[in-house]
Amino acid sequence: MKDVRIWGLKRSPWVYHVAAASCNNCDIEILELLTPRYDVERFGIVLVGSPRHADALLVTGVINRKSLPRVLEVYEQTPKPCLVIGVGTCTCNNHIFRNSYNAVGPYDKYLPMSAYIPGCPPKPEAMILGVVKALSKL
Amino acid sequence: MSWFSGWWLAFAFIVFPGFLFSSTVGLALTWVDRLVSARVQWRKGPPAYQPFADVLKLLLKETVVPAGAARTAFLLAPIIGLAAMCVTAVLLFYVNFFPHASFVGDIIVLVYLFALPPLATIVGASASRNPLSAVGASREMTLYLGYELPFLLALVVPIVKTGGAIRLGDFVLMQQAGGPFLYSVSGVIAALIVLICIQAKLGYPPFDIAEAEQEIMSGVLIEYSGAPLAVFRITKAMMFFLMPLFLVTVFWGGLGNWWAILKFLLIVVLLVLIKNTNPRLKIDHALRFFWFILGVLGIAAVVLAFVGL
Repeated sequence: MKDVRIWGLKRSPWVYHVAAASCNNCDIEILELLTPRYDVERFGIVLVGSPRHADALLVTGVINRKSLPRVLEVYEQTPKPCLVIGVGTCTCNNHIFRNSYNAVGPYDKYLPMSAYIPGCPPKPEAMILGVVKALSKL
Repeated sequence: MSWFSGWWLAFAFIVFPGFLFSSTVGLALTWVDRLVSARVQWRKGPPAYQPFADVLKLLLKETVVPAGAARTAFLLAPIIGLAAMCVTAVLLFYVNFFPHASFVGDIIVLVYLFALPPLATIVGASASRNPLSAVGASREMTLYLGYELPFLLALVVPIVKTGGAIRLGDFVLMQQAGGPFLYSVSGVIAALIVLICIQAKLGYPPFDIAEAEQEIMSGVLIEYSGAPLAVFRITKAMMFFLMPLFLVTVFWGGLGNWWAILKFLLIVVLLVLIKNTNPRLKIDHALRFFWFILGVLGIAAVVLAFVGL
């Protein structure tokens, strides 16, 4: 039963995009990832409109005191099992905002992260690699 | 009617034309839909098992019932739509293979059965206590009021052509004897109206107003997760199978011969192409389109059918 569950999850990971106060650069790259050029629907990856439908959360942006409770709420709204994938260097180590009074990251202080994808912004190829690594860990 | 009783009835509802058969074919058709969409956009598209993997994954996921939701209505609503589609499948196949044995008024029963899945989404969305899904439910209701008028007007055309019969079996027999209703002016107009109403009933673009992902975050389905969401997807897949079948039965000669499969696939691909080449309408534009353009066309078709064209 567990194998069937993991097979389903690997073959159809639906993605919800959580833009947690990023500079929009990673968000634009995520949109580029979903264009026909990369055609991620080949692997069953679909962008969904509600966190209730999602299997993977793509979070972008440096986490701060204002966005932290929102991101946690979205994570709690997502039915489990769900992956959390950080896109961009900001999610890994606060990047250029590391001396800011407001940056409270990185994300794994608060959420069980499956993968980090570094880059400012990461290329769509790097994101595909990150998602594949996160899925193969299941 | 003895064939159609007892265990055979249970078998019909659960296995052959009912749940298992029509949901499998419907899910396979949603793969056709995604493949054709992918080819329109110069993509490769998902593998053939994709819809089944989606449903399997959803069935095995956690089901979240939002706090403060009307729990019973929220969880029962998807089942109503699914049950209605199982009955529709049995009725449509029965009418096609035993046209003499169908009962009087089954076309009216079918109209009400096709009204149940939208009703189920409205009930489920209203029960979920989410403002966005309430917006979606109100849009679904408005859209339903919009497309039901031209849909019923278009169904008057075959009734007029058979001389007042309200039995689907009579439609099929009449078409087997004297050629499909589609091959006449009023028949073409009515079939076109039904095609556009099917698009709206399925909630496909340009009429995906109730489920608009970008503006109201999947609208009516926003709070659904896990198994109930899977049931909604299966229901929609069954509708995607049964509604073109209904169109073939009523206007294009029924399932009398093997050509029917080709006609059916043609209608499916036409629906997918309309879906891929039209942007979403606003709800007031959709209502105006259905009442004042398709409604008038429907009246014209009925008049033409009375004249005999």
